Amino acid sequence: MSTILEIRDLKKSYDGGFEALKGVNLSIEEGEIIALLGPNGAGKTTLISAICGIITPTSGSVTVGGHDIRTDFRTTRTMIGLVPQEVSLEPFERVISTVRFSRGLFGKRGNDALIESILKRLSLWDKRNAQIKELSGGMKRRVLIAKALAHEPRVLFLDEPTAGVDVELRKDMWDIVADLKADGVTIILTTHYIEEAEAIADRIGVIAKGEILLVEDKHALMQRMGKKELEVQLNAPLDALPDSLKSDAVRLGPDGSSLIYTYDTRAERTGITKLLSDVAAEGLVLRDVVTRQSSLEDIFVTLVKEDAA
Amino acid sequence: MNWTAIKSIYVFEMTRFFRTFLQSLISPVLSTSLYFVVFGAAIGSRINEVEGVSYAAFIVPGLIMLSVMTQGISNGSFGIYFPKFIGTIYELLSAPVNFLEIVLGYVGAAATKAMFIGTIILITAFFFVDITILHPAAMVLFLVLTCVSFSLFGFIIGIWAKNFEQLQLVPLLIVTPLVFLGGSFYSISMLPPVWQAISMFNPVVYLISGFRWAFFGIADVPIGVSLLAIAGFTGLCLLVIGWIFRTGWRIRE
Ligand SMILES: Nc1ncnc2c1ncn2[C@@H]1O[C@H](COP(=O)(O)OP(=O)(O)OP(=O)(O)O)[C@@H](O)[C@H]1O
Ligand SMILES: [Mg+2]
Repeated sequence: MSTILEIRDLKKSYDGGFEALKGVNLSIEEGEIIALLGPNGAGKTTLISAICGIITPTSGSVTVGGHDIRTDFRTTRTMIGLVPQEVSLEPFERVISTVRFSRGLFGKRGNDALIESILKRLSLWDKRNAQIKELSGGMKRRVLIAKALAHEPRVLFLDEPTAGVDVELRKDMWDIVADLKADGVTIILTTHYIEEAEAIADRIGVIAKGEILLVEDKHALMQRMGKKELEVQLNAPLDALPDSLKSDAVRLGPDGSSLIYTYDTRAERTGITKLLSDVAAEGLVLRDVVTRQSSLEDIFVTLVKEDAA
Repeated sequence: MNWTAIKSIYVFEMTRFFRTFLQSLISPVLSTSLYFVVFGAAIGSRINEVEGVSYAAFIVPGLIMLSVMTQGISNGSFGIYFPKFIGTIYELLSAPVNFLEIVLGYVGAAATKAMFIGTIILITAFFFVDITILHPAAMVLFLVLTCVSFSLFGFIIGIWAKNFEQLQLVPLLIVTPLVFLGGSFYSISMLPPVWQAISMFNPVVYLISGFRWAFFGIADVPIGVSLLAIAGFTGLCLLVIGWIFRTGWRIRE
């Protein structure tokens, strides 16, 4: 797989000096689905807007397929499709003409067969001659997706595509995303639903206050979730992990005042006895021992909280 | 150049125009007819001739200019303000088009609409008065340049405006008075000397004078000066648009 989107040290300060992006670095592989999670105001929409050309970044660089978004904007924008967070459509337009318009705007010749297949896939074919104002909220959101797909983008940004969408439609949306992935489209989506990220993403990124806090393979993250954590709180903080305790499963907690041991509850041996005897052998004094089951939601909340502190 | 995109914007805007075709036409045709009745018939029966042209015919170029200028401004400003207002501008900004292409699409459509309405008014006028056009090529040139420059001007207003009040402000407070005082309904030479001097500061005077010259061969100012004025105004609008293009003022800030 090759990198299709490379974001380097991207910063954005809005008028008035508010820094919405504080140097974002992110590489996205061709064909993957990455979900960006983050609280309100984290900078998700700002990041997407900067990549798509809606706002001008203050500094930093973005390349799409190796092309710079500023010097080679025609190439990069032709490759990108954007479904914005806000539903903005012209109320009196007809569904099919607004989708055709999008294709033309991106410089592509008319292709009615393609537009028909997009509308059918999004269950909008029956509504093709309806005016936008006659559609329900979920249908409007699908019109936005149809517009974004009309020029056959290779990279698709979905900014909260399932906000305000019912359960059934959300599942539909997930299927559509899976179809697109099968066609080789790279998808970057933002969401507030953690189970959505779990359901469709290959990788998960967490963003808060304009910074990327974590980007990790979903399965690695899930594995961490399927496991339990044992936190051994120490009387005196450590600078580094003692050699005898070094293993993949053990890491130093924040401030070095605890050891965090990850283990699989379903395994025959959890390794807890060995860990505790190793700790004793190192001469470390325990203050308390806590166990917990981590979920993606926990990881998310902890990360964001740590960042706020 | 992304010609497909320009064409898409142009066609999209024209479709909007034709969708409300009747509304778009009824109002200018009706108001022009009213002008003919009020000014042409009522006042014209007292003035009867201005510089050898019947008064009813004399006001035709001014009436056309009046409509074309206000239509150019309102179409040009609304065309770009509307996407800004409802948020669909995201699509223009994320599309592989530069600002020049956006301007060509929107201003081209706005100018076409203004041309359309100007032509309709001219046709309406033929029903009321006998008109002969002495310099048809110059007439068309003036008409086109006025449509284009005022649509450009409208486009700038549409980019600048942050709300509907501002969108209406410039046309209402500046353009309408200038147009009415620009000699649509009278010859500048009919004014007292002081007002003649003041009128020379009104750019619209030069446009109406030039346009009227194309019809009847009579003018308040030399035709060359009129041409210079319209070219200068177009150039000024282009400069401002070029600056907006480079800075992203009120669009990508
Ligand atoms: N045009 C603007 N001018 C000034 N500040 C802005 C502007 N747009 C966004 N911001 C600020 O930038 C920060 C990031 O906003 P952004 O819309 O990117 O957040 P988000 O992660 O998309 O949030 P949400 O989940 O609510 O959509 C917020 O603090 C917001 O107030
Ligand atoms: Mg957002």
